[in-house]
Amino acid sequence: MTHTYRGSGRAGLYQDEEFMDILEERRRTSDLGHALRSFKPLPYLGAPPCSVAELNQAVLDSHFLRHVAREVAMETGSSVEEVREEACGILEEMSQNLQLGFIRLMGYALTKVLKRLFTSVFVNMEGLSTLQQAMQQTRVILMPNHRSYVDFLVISYIMFTYDLPVPVIAAGIPLAGMKLIGEILRRSGAFFIRRAIGSDKLYWAVLSEYVKTIVRKEFAPMEFYVEGLRSRTLKSVTPKLGMMHMVLEPYFKGEVFDITLVPVSISYDRVLEESLLAHELLGVPKPKESTTGLLKASKLLQDNYGSMHVNFGQPVSVRQLCEGKINRCQYNLIPRDLPQKPTPEAQACVSWLAHLIVRIQEEGSVISPWSLMACLLLQAPVAVLTEDGLPWQQLTERTLWLKRLALDFGGHLKWPGQVSDSDVMSSSAAIHHSVVHQKAGRVYLVQEEEPERRRAVSAEQSVMRTGTSVLMLASYRNQSLHVFVRPALLTTALDVTNSTHKDELFAFFSFLQDLFSSEFIFIPGKLSEDFEEACSLLKKCGAVHIDQQEVTLSHMGRETLSFLKALIQPFIDSYQMMFRYFCEQGAQVITEKQFLPAVRTLATKLLLSGELHTYEALSSDTQKNVLSALQRLEAVTKMRLE
Amino acid sequence: MKWNGWGYSDTRFLFNKKGQAEFTGKRYRLSGLIIPGLKDWMEGTFGASVQHKSQATPILNSSSVQPPNLNEAFVEELKSTGVPYSHDAEDRVFRAHDCHDDVVKIVELACKHNVCLIPYGGGTSVSSALECPPEETRSIVSLDTSQMNRILWIDEKNLTAHVEAGIVGQDLERLLNESGYCTGHEPDSMEFSSLGGWVATRASGMKKNIYGNIEDLVVHMKMVTPRGVIEKSCQGPRMSTGPDIHHFILGSEGTLGVVTEVTMKIRPMPEYQKYGSVVFPNFEQGVACLREIAKQRCAPASVRLMDNEQFKFGHALKPQVSSIFTSFVDGLKKFYITKFKGFDPNRLCVATLLFEGNRDRVLQHEKQVYDIAAKFGGLAAGEDNGQRGYMLTFVIAYLRDLGMDYYVIGESFETSVPWDRVLDMCRNVKARIVHECKERGVQFPPLSTCRVTQTYDAGACVYFYFAFNYRGLSDPVHVYEQVEHAAREEILASGGSLSHHHGVGKLRKAWMRETISNVGMGMLQSVKDYVDPANIFGNRNLL
Repeated sequence: MTHTYRGSGRAGLYQDEEFMDILEERRRTSDLGHALRSFKPLPYLGAPPCSVAELNQAVLDSHFLRHVAREVAMETGSSVEEVREEACGILEEMSQNLQLGFIRLMGYALTKVLKRLFTSVFVNMEGLSTLQQAMQQTRVILMPNHRSYVDFLVISYIMFTYDLPVPVIAAGIPLAGMKLIGEILRRSGAFFIRRAIGSDKLYWAVLSEYVKTIVRKEFAPMEFYVEGLRSRTLKSVTPKLGMMHMVLEPYFKGEVFDITLVPVSISYDRVLEESLLAHELLGVPKPKESTTGLLKASKLLQDNYGSMHVNFGQPVSVRQLCEGKINRCQYNLIPRDLPQKPTPEAQACVSWLAHLIVRIQEEGSVISPWSLMACLLLQAPVAVLTEDGLPWQQLTERTLWLKRLALDFGGHLKWPGQVSDSDVMSSSAAIHHSVVHQKAGRVYLVQEEEPERRRAVSAEQSVMRTGTSVLMLASYRNQSLHVFVRPALLTTALDVTNSTHKDELFAFFSFLQDLFSSEFIFIPGKLSEDFEEACSLLKKCGAVHIDQQEVTLSHMGRETLSFLKALIQPFIDSYQMMFRYFCEQGAQVITEKQFLPAVRTLATKLLLSGELHTYEALSSDTQKNVLSALQRLEAVTKMRLE
Repeated sequence: MKWNGWGYSDTRFLFNKKGQAEFTGKRYRLSGLIIPGLKDWMEGTFGASVQHKSQATPILNSSSVQPPNLNEAFVEELKSTGVPYSHDAEDRVFRAHDCHDDVVKIVELACKHNVCLIPYGGGTSVSSALECPPEETRSIVSLDTSQMNRILWIDEKNLTAHVEAGIVGQDLERLLNESGYCTGHEPDSMEFSSLGGWVATRASGMKKNIYGNIEDLVVHMKMVTPRGVIEKSCQGPRMSTGPDIHHFILGSEGTLGVVTEVTMKIRPMPEYQKYGSVVFPNFEQGVACLREIAKQRCAPASVRLMDNEQFKFGHALKPQVSSIFTSFVDGLKKFYITKFKGFDPNRLCVATLLFEGNRDRVLQHEKQVYDIAAKFGGLAAGEDNGQRGYMLTFVIAYLRDLGMDYYVIGESFETSVPWDRVLDMCRNVKARIVHECKERGVQFPPLSTCRVTQTYDAGACVYFYFAFNYRGLSDPVHVYEQVEHAAREEILASGGSLSHHHGVGKLRKAWMRETISNVGMGMLQSVKDYVDPANIFGNRNLL
């Protein structure tokens, strides 16, 4: 068991939780025995069980789907029967087929894989027991963050191990396409959703009715990623609202008494896909999900990935959260099973809830020593990291300093207590041998080797190679970014405005939040709270003095402020580089296809010429975020070209 | 009659020396019987204990009541009219006149002396409609209509009767029965509620499927207002003369005037009556069956569906059986339903039925209904259970008084809701009650139960009962009000109405604007402003 430290408590999370390593027992007893154990989950809500076939039939028989089918038939000119046939096909492609036998198979396979990959899988037991109670009282929606493919079945695995109802899980359709694996996932409870549904009315209808029927009928707990996809940067992603709305609508319409959301934070010491993700961000296409791909990737299994933390947050009641935010009477005058555009009120409520869940997920994430080290490594010039190396002593001292700051800011830190601090950091660095290596008291950035090519690498290729390592490092920094982001924005405001007036600082803080709102996730409408939080955290760590209308710098705070400023600097530099691109390129219209490569070329050029210092500007994620920020600020508009 | 409880003074529930529940008096089928299951049910449901008693205030004396605020000039002039009146302590909580003309005189005097009038019929209101508004500073006169209780004439050609509005339901029915007629209007409060009260609140009777609700029954009426008397000039069965002025009166809750005389439809007494009951495996199936019955428009005179909790409650109220044979038969029935048919005793629910009319047609109708019920898994459960179900309606109010003696408070409330939302609303409201009680520190799970009591083409009327053990609470009445408020919010959010037939009174005023819109409020207000500009009928209900 390990303890995690945490500065402040907040709704949706437990304090001082005790984590237990669920692999410990697996290492002592037979895996097969575990898979074949008698699995008697407590009945979900004590509801009479409903079969998969009954569930699907209820979806097809729903008035809503009938209505939409008639509408689609009218619009397309095909017969209602044809449309219903099509709906049947969509449902077949989508539907999960949860079966106990496959849960066991999954259990067996996952035990093997998890044991191979991780030294431990930690779960907070208190969260698990609260979840157990919640599952007998209300509908439970499990809402994990998504950082790795490993996330996918781990919650089901934990449910299986602790005799809890196994959830049905929303998954992307590419997974269904994997030979054999797709079917195993389906039978382990996965249901598959197409990407880019666009305006396919029938598809939307089948999907939303399917989701709503699962919620209404209390078929099983549901699990979905509110971020919609795997974060390529290990940073939270702006939540997607479609699925969230489908899940919440039965409550809005009074079809269910309450829905319980359980945010789950999954954190990794080291992410399996780290280098794949970095390559993807640099424009190397993601390999298609395939079974053979998976088998090839099995060489990854040889490595050590440290430990994994699954932190179940406090269940939150939608009913309680939505009080005063949604007037359920608005659904009284139209039959509830007719399609209805969500009102602005409902949309705002869904968005707020989705962002809130992301925030709770962030706060529940366990921060590793390595993430703090990554923050500091990134603040050293790249040349130092690649050539001269950073003195180990300096890194460890600064990391211990940052540890205190992170705790002050309420970070959820996992710092093993039984070993010396320097051993903790050494072993963290050792796990991440793919990113850094230690030699003669210095730390160096690992450059990716390409053994096939004997020729000297070109300057551009070398930028990409360094970029890969920097982006990997940046991902690990991102794991703790949420702890620092608010005070860091305020620090930037202090630095840029050079003002001490709260009003001015607030205005600039607000501008930064707006600009970076795809980069860092903030709950809409909580601007003043965020600002106040930033102020009080900086005050708490002694970096500033605050009275009524003034924020003044403190002498002791220089180190903190310069750290925080440097933390945000790569983002500011990347954004400015992009703005420069837009200003300098002549054309009024740029196609999306040209855009990313063109920006990357400019960034590479500027990096080589020494005008740009951050390799993070190469990340397609940052580039896309800038684009959406500019769209939001109405500096650019997006058009569809025929 | 009790002043501090429901109904007749001789009738009450009590726990006898042996600790068994007993129902006193001779008036009801249950009267004089021992009810062995009640004690266990109360203890099991509420965690109440016979050891812990909290007695009601026994007598009312003048010292416990504030002195009256009299308008001397009004009292003097009232004396000269010969209208009886009283301001004794107990009477003020109760009674005072005789006929339409008396009412006209009183209303004129009240206008002249600016006295507030509150019409009082049977006093069975559950919406705080009869409470004197605390902000009222004028002298308040309770205008008791109980002496206007005669049937003035019966028109056998048109099948109508002209009745004074103070008549109480059971008297009206008894008197009409003597001539071979009935109105068929039987609200659960009919023992004590009055015709004028029915009109003022838009009452509904359990046999409305045959006879209609009060608005369907009224052909003509007279109301005395500060502006004068309002009535129509003829008794045509339907008119197209602009908005129906009757609908200003129906549901006006004593804010516009006093209803004095009503002409209402009457029917020949039914040749044959038959009770019945059906057991369903669960409430969902029961509601589906009622919906189908409504769809086929073949609802019996009355059909009511009780949920599982209410089924258990009804079971607890079974009197001691006299013979071993009956208990043996009961045991067999139970065995058949739970073991043989596989009904879960914690999920099953029961519908009670009442058929009325020509004997052959009743039997035919009965078969039709049972056939529909069978499609929804319903099993016929006998006439006796049905009849007992209806009898319990009258007895249940007495039971509330027993509960109060043992730290249990409870009340009922109702709503109407479209068919597709019946189940969702019932579940949400029941869950909300449990949830709110827990939140507010109620130590034991409350009784939270409902039944569907009326069916319509487009929806149903649902009745909720809720009660809890208030031991350990410092202000149980406040907790009670908060829970009831929350339950009403839940009803509205689940698509239910503010009231099906209890009315708004002062209890539900807060929701009127959102219920009928700003313009709607304005319309009602402008009627009030015209009819009663000085707010003589100042009970402040509704608006």
